[in-house]
Amino acid sequence: MKYLHLVWTNLKRKKLRTSLTLLSILVAFILFGFLSAIKQALVGGVEMAGADRLIVRHKVSIIQLLPESYKARMERIPGVVLATHQTWFGGIYQDPKNFFMQNPVVPEEFLEMYPEFILPPDQKKAWEVTRTGAIVGRSTAERFHWKIGDKVPLQSSIWSQQDGSRNWTFDIVGIYDGAKKGTDTTAMFFRYDYFDEARRGWGKGKVGWFTIRVKDPSRAAEVAKLVDEEFENSDAETKTEPEGAFIQAWASQLGNVVLIVAAILGAVFFTILLVTGNTMAQAVRERTGELGVLKAIGFSNGQIMALVLAESCLLTVLGGVLGLGLAWLMISRGDPTSGLLPMFFLPTRDLFTGLGISIGLGLVTGIFPALLAMRLRVADALRRI
Amino acid sequence: MSGPVNWLSQVGAITKFGLMSIPQRRGAVAATVIGIAGVVAVLVGVLSIAAGFQKVMAVSGAPDAAIVLRSGADSEMVSGFGRDQTRVIADAPGVARNDQGPLSSAELFVIINLPKRSTGMDANVPLRGVEKAAWEVRDHMQIVQGRMFDWGKDEVIVGSGAAREFSGLEVGSKIKVGRYEWPVVGIFSANGAVPESEIWTDAKVLQDAYNRGDSFQSVRVRLNSPGAFQEFKDSLTSNPQLSVKVVRQSEYYVEQSETLTRLIRTLGFLIAFLMAVGAVFGALNTMYSAVAARTKEIATLRALGFGSGAVVMSLMIEALLLALAGGVIGGGLAYLAFNNLHTSTMNWQSFSQVAFAFQVTPQLLLRGMIWAAVIGLIGGLFPAIRAARLPVASALREL
Repeated sequence: MKYLHLVWTNLKRKKLRTSLTLLSILVAFILFGFLSAIKQALVGGVEMAGADRLIVRHKVSIIQLLPESYKARMERIPGVVLATHQTWFGGIYQDPKNFFMQNPVVPEEFLEMYPEFILPPDQKKAWEVTRTGAIVGRSTAERFHWKIGDKVPLQSSIWSQQDGSRNWTFDIVGIYDGAKKGTDTTAMFFRYDYFDEARRGWGKGKVGWFTIRVKDPSRAAEVAKLVDEEFENSDAETKTEPEGAFIQAWASQLGNVVLIVAAILGAVFFTILLVTGNTMAQAVRERTGELGVLKAIGFSNGQIMALVLAESCLLTVLGGVLGLGLAWLMISRGDPTSGLLPMFFLPTRDLFTGLGISIGLGLVTGIFPALLAMRLRVADALRRI
Repeated sequence: MSGPVNWLSQVGAITKFGLMSIPQRRGAVAATVIGIAGVVAVLVGVLSIAAGFQKVMAVSGAPDAAIVLRSGADSEMVSGFGRDQTRVIADAPGVARNDQGPLSSAELFVIINLPKRSTGMDANVPLRGVEKAAWEVRDHMQIVQGRMFDWGKDEVIVGSGAAREFSGLEVGSKIKVGRYEWPVVGIFSANGAVPESEIWTDAKVLQDAYNRGDSFQSVRVRLNSPGAFQEFKDSLTSNPQLSVKVVRQSEYYVEQSETLTRLIRTLGFLIAFLMAVGAVFGALNTMYSAVAARTKEIATLRALGFGSGAVVMSLMIEALLLALAGGVIGGGLAYLAFNNLHTSTMNWQSFSQVAFAFQVTPQLLLRGMIWAAVIGLIGGLFPAIRAARLPVASALREL
């Protein structure tokens, strides 16, 4: 630590060069932060999935509906604690660009199934007594400036009311928050009993998909098999899978996001590696004479090497910390695509990964100049002064 | 010291000096060039995804073809018609005819799950039931392997994109639709358009399998000419028996590609912009050190009477050349790595997979070169100004 001053002074010698290098490292880590958040938004749902929850959908595809009566049959299957259902409503609020999910649910069951949605008790009560009541997540409420008591008109692309109208109006009775960072609070939920009575036509008594909770997550696969067997050879056969697998399959439909993100990050860090490595090599070359003097007055090879490595690591870690900090600030301002990426945030895990990478970057870029400095022969170095 | 020729020869001389000293600064120069190459490669690569997806949508729509949906429906998924309505639509004015009747195909659109080859996970694959005119209302349809399905039989043909992206769609294999198993009898191509991502069968067969009675979800028609669209549309929207939305096929597909291309573009530009900022710092670093290394030379030239404008110009040219070299490398890499790379993604409007190939278009390459040039100019400007302002006497004293 006592050499910190020396390291710091060396960095300050060429202020312009050091700050430009620092800035390019900083930008690399802002990018790292952004890409982590994008990846999180696209594939991170898997981590939010409940280990004890299974999703039951129509075997042919999720757009086929299942009879609501399946619920009772599911709850009789051993190992199933609770079953509840949701249906895709496909409502448009003013403009199709204002996309968010709205689903009819059975309030009590639904809130029990998803403890990550936190609704104050009085709002929960209000929802239970208001037939046309709906609850909406914090981020969507803020996006459209909705308050409790507001009436929200939605135009459904799928469901029409008894009179043929596709315009539905819901009363906002509650605004829920997420229990965890990353809980999706963009969706709106309203009451299934109201929805089923009000809708017209073919869908009556049918729902989109079921979520079931199993008693023992380690036996989830067995329970899933039992559920599918229960409805085998019926008009609506089912496919049951853990919530995590369901979300993962959904995310992978977009394409291989993880690979694309990794490729971009690879390109970025390779570039930064070159820029920083080049700066360090230049710095050592310029200082050959001084390093010779240090050696002549008794600095060991190890100390010389440590000095150079400390300098490169200080530079990259400083850039890394500043970059990650800035990325975190920018990402906290929310989704840049206005609504397409509901789970856009920077996970703490990735902050630590970033810090690790910054140290690694310092070591890799510093190692060759450090070796160069270490192998320097005192006589040769001093001759250059 | 007068005349543009003289000035140009000064610029040429100093630029030559700079370029000849590149081998001595190869580390810094390589870092800059590769840095800019990285920006251009990422920019072009990401935007080529959007370009590829858009191209599929663009080639899918002919201007003299229209699609009819229930009014208020934004996609086929949520649309619906009875047989009587589809007949009214087929007989509307403006619809082209051949000896078998109007060129109109009433169609059904459902989704089935099939595992994607790349991930092994289930994906939504569109299954379409069509009528005989389906081949006339679309362009460039062609069976490339096997044969067409027999009308009325439980058989399917598969688009070449779907066959490539999902497993179990080879000619001779069978697909499971609910409780039925239908053999794949042929593969068709459609010049890269959307139908290539679909599986097709007879609309009647699909209606029976899905208990749909005699109902359809969309009607596609071929018009007499692109100009006949308005007449066709007006006659349908003013018909009290119908409540429909009529869209030109070309516009329909452009609209469908909007969400995804917006997402890719926003993110692509954001990433490329940040990378560009980083590359500017890298370029500044290189050019500053280039100026520092040549302080004496520049001062000597100035003392000999070279103008400061010529110094600025030549340093800018040097930075620009480095940047353009980076741009060429980056664009080339992106072209080699991404052009025509096949993949598939979710089309949110139809809730199903669309197969497409990345397209590194000349416009994208040009855009990449422009970005590279801008990075180079910014990276060269400040160091060049510093060089021009160099006090000649004190710089020479360092000799």
